[in-house]
Amino acid sequence: MRIVLALIAALWASMASAQTLQDLLQADPEAISDPSRRTVGEVLDRLVASGLPEVPTFLERWQAKEVVQRQSDGLFFYGTKEGGGHVLFDVSSGEEVGHSGPREVDELRPNAGVRGVIGSALIQFQLSDPDIARRQAALDAIAKDPAPEQLEPLRASLEGEDDPGVLARKERLENLLAARFEADPEARIAAIEALGSDITVEARAVLNQILSSEPRAADAIPAEANVAWKLTPGSDELPREAAYVMLVEAGLAPPRVTENAIRDALVAALAGGKVGDAPVATLGSDEARHAAYDAIAPARGLPPRISEEEVDAALGSHAFWQDYAEKDAAITGAAERALASAVTRVSLYQAADIALDAISLASIYFLAAIGLAITFGVMGVINMAHGEFIMMGAYTGYVVQTLVPDYTLSLILALPLAFAVTFAAGVAMERLVIRHLAHRPLETLLATFGISIALQQIAKNIFGTQARPLTSPSWLDGAWIVNDVLGIAYIRIAIFVLALLFLGLLLFILNRTRLGLEVRAVTQNPGMAASMGIDPDRIAMLTFGLGSGIAGIAGVAIGLYAKVTSEMGSDYIVQSFMTVVVGGVGNVWGTLAGASLIGILQKGIEWFNPSNTLAAQTYMILFIIAFIQFRPRGIVAMKGRAAGA
Amino acid sequence: MTTAPVPALRRRPILADNPSVLWALLVLAIVTLGVTVLAEGAGAGVISTSFVKTLGKTLCLCLAAVAMDVVWGYCGILSLGHMAFFGIGGYAVGQWLMTARTYDIVAQSLAGQPLPPTPRELDQAVATQIFGVVGSDHFPWIWAFSHSLPLQLLMVVLVPGLLAGVFGWLAFRSRVTGVYLSILTQGMTLALSLWLFQNDSGLRGNNGLSGLQNIPGLEGWGQDRISIAFFWASALALGLGYLLFAWLTSGRRGSVIRAIRDDEARVRFLGYGVEGTKLLVFTLTAVVAAIAGALYYPQAGIINPGEVAPLASIYLAVWVAIGGRGRLYGAALGAALVSLMSSWFTGGGVPDIPLGIYTVQWTDWWTVLLGLAFVAVTLLAPKGLGGLFDLMPRAPSRRQGDWGPDDGAWRNEEGEP
Repeated sequence: MRIVLALIAALWASMASAQTLQDLLQADPEAISDPSRRTVGEVLDRLVASGLPEVPTFLERWQAKEVVQRQSDGLFFYGTKEGGGHVLFDVSSGEEVGHSGPREVDELRPNAGVRGVIGSALIQFQLSDPDIARRQAALDAIAKDPAPEQLEPLRASLEGEDDPGVLARKERLENLLAARFEADPEARIAAIEALGSDITVEARAVLNQILSSEPRAADAIPAEANVAWKLTPGSDELPREAAYVMLVEAGLAPPRVTENAIRDALVAALAGGKVGDAPVATLGSDEARHAAYDAIAPARGLPPRISEEEVDAALGSHAFWQDYAEKDAAITGAAERALASAVTRVSLYQAADIALDAISLASIYFLAAIGLAITFGVMGVINMAHGEFIMMGAYTGYVVQTLVPDYTLSLILALPLAFAVTFAAGVAMERLVIRHLAHRPLETLLATFGISIALQQIAKNIFGTQARPLTSPSWLDGAWIVNDVLGIAYIRIAIFVLALLFLGLLLFILNRTRLGLEVRAVTQNPGMAASMGIDPDRIAMLTFGLGSGIAGIAGVAIGLYAKVTSEMGSDYIVQSFMTVVVGGVGNVWGTLAGASLIGILQKGIEWFNPSNTLAAQTYMILFIIAFIQFRPRGIVAMKGRAAGA
Repeated sequence: MTTAPVPALRRRPILADNPSVLWALLVLAIVTLGVTVLAEGAGAGVISTSFVKTLGKTLCLCLAAVAMDVVWGYCGILSLGHMAFFGIGGYAVGQWLMTARTYDIVAQSLAGQPLPPTPRELDQAVATQIFGVVGSDHFPWIWAFSHSLPLQLLMVVLVPGLLAGVFGWLAFRSRVTGVYLSILTQGMTLALSLWLFQNDSGLRGNNGLSGLQNIPGLEGWGQDRISIAFFWASALALGLGYLLFAWLTSGRRGSVIRAIRDDEARVRFLGYGVEGTKLLVFTLTAVVAAIAGALYYPQAGIINPGEVAPLASIYLAVWVAIGGRGRLYGAALGAALVSLMSSWFTGGGVPDIPLGIYTVQWTDWWTVLLGLAFVAVTLLAPKGLGGLFDLMPRAPSRRQGDWGPDDGAWRNEEGEP
């Protein structure tokens, strides 16, 4: 509010003195027409201080290279090109005042540096601009390139702000700027401490900037130094060689003669097949070269070699420390505490984020593996083509999407269609192949592998090797973002919901329907079930179809966030096997436990070793191999006679 | 009830027990001599050097397939990890080949310098040459023995032996069997290949080892003679491996091994050490597969982690199944036939079939054909190609005495070897 009042007061004052913008500009026309980065500040100050309401417009158009100067009288106008000349507008009223012919006016073209300075002068106007988009743009500009002089205008603009969102952002920025540039140490420390509860990347960047430090070496740590921490030469942080180089650069020790320098010196001293008294052929080892160098060095005025002992002595007699650029220990101390508190918060949120990721990965593995687990439970058969059913589902989704352009509708169509296609494929495979290989599980495994490579190659022949997109509808785009650290894509939430849905559906089918009863009976004892009038062949066919159908649905879900390729199935198949093996067969809860364990484990390992997904998978598989030692039949093992089957 | 006296079972020489071993070795010898005579390196020049290499590689694959047959066809362990051991053997020998050859090259290029190079300079130059591609300039620990051929050859045997031994011990003692075991071995293979894919594994990551066809110390030989030498070495290894496994699967031990395949629990109750036998078979076949790999990759010239991927091991099982499980010559036949046909089909050797609207290009459709053929063999001819030999007329069984005491059993059927 204050600034608005001040502006109004200034406006009155200027009107009283009747000084127009043109007058102001004409006070020093050179500074406007030919500004440099160094001189423009002064004229900008003058313009801003005048408080004229048209100044922001002028600055913007000046920055946009739309101001022209008439050669005849040196007056400034806004000009737009028309024909060979310009249409001229008055700088105060903006009204059209006439035309100019070609070459009658000069276009002002301030260079990039000057435009930058003009831009930062403009920010203070834009901060109170009635247009909210421009206020936000000004805040973006400050956040991108913070500078000390922005602090005052930003503070001044806080009062007049009526939009709560922009106000919150202004307050945050004010805090960030204060933490970095506030002159008064007390206020600055208060600002820094306030950053401790801020987990954004910008806040941490500010704190890290305050805490920026560099390694130093000296005879002893000077009293005025603000020591971050002491360094020990020979540690990982400061290797011995690097420590000695620091001493050399600080002029505290003579440089070492490198092996390359020794070699060059010896080559330079080479004469008649000898270096000094040593024949060249003997110089094939470091020791011989050192001896030869020591022999020729005094005569040729070469620097003496520094022995390891001398290096150790030099390192021992000097102090090494990490030195803060900020000299006030109170400020760095406050920043350290604030950073530690921010980092703690961030890691808590990161843990939550990892947990969300793990849950979403677990739901994908659950969807991919549950079909496998059911068929394995009922028939004792591992279906190596399960991954290809996932792929078939994804390609079904892709084909539907090419036919039905509306993404929402095509997704709604694709899910049941993918189920139908893979259900049919599964039933066909069961009838044609697997039924004939009953009680030969290893051969079933291999036969289904044959089908798997055939299907994969057929898909490659039809759809080509390039990845096909399966675009999610727009309401599934984007992410649910809690803060800078914690967030999850809607698509992953959708997959989680889908997995929950299928968990519920399967539990219902298995525990509450006639089919489920028969499936459980066949799982536990096929012979007895057959004696009770259940047709095991029919049950096997239906469960195989069901398992394959779920794979198809999983394929659509996976295709939505990963690319659809002919090899996508094999990316998930091993993890699916692992899920089944870890979870235990023939039980929905077992698969759920296995998928959760594998998802959490994979994300957890990635957290500890974030740069390397490959290593994470390696460790995970090793863990699973070890896990099998303790629970060979999985987490939820079948008990009693069924376990032996 | 009286029982007829059972004549004492006398152990006969294994060759007499398995006439197929002699036939197989004879065929191998004839093929080896024939190829040698026809090859560019040694004789007529009908067979090109590259084809000699292909044949040599095929012999190595046959050896791996024979090992696979013993562990799967005889012992019933469907290992989906034997190509990983094959790859380890290749990597082990490749380390020496690459180091030794790079030393020679670097020593040559440094010879022009005014001062003789120090060992440190030499090491660094070699390391930069080899590991520059993964951004490193020193030898990782895993290359500690790479300067020495004998040590590295020892690694060919020791590393897969130890890996298979530890893995097998862990898996067999916790009674992981059947499909579970297959998945677990596949997991091990995947872990190994993922580890090899990393740049910081020390084995050049994705790039693998290359230039292995240049044998240090044999620069004067030329590839035509080297190819023949490796062909002979591969044939010798296959012959010895064949004999070893024929011996292993004969006699009482062989019976125990086969019995484990058919009913593990029953063998255990009879008092035989199931775990020990399985571990022996698993480890021994892993070592033989590694030796096959050590002979294969100098002929292939390059090895990369993709060769260790789970798919390769499954293909090995496919070859054995097509050739016929439970008979050593079947496995060798399957591996030779399928891998040669594979390179013939995918190499464009087979003409495309125009079907009017669509032309069947075998480079695209060979995998489909292979997959379907594989399903057909599993379904219709479980004995594989080797089953064809059963159709040949054979001499009446020389088995002495009764098949066994149980009148109700399928003794004739089960008595067949």
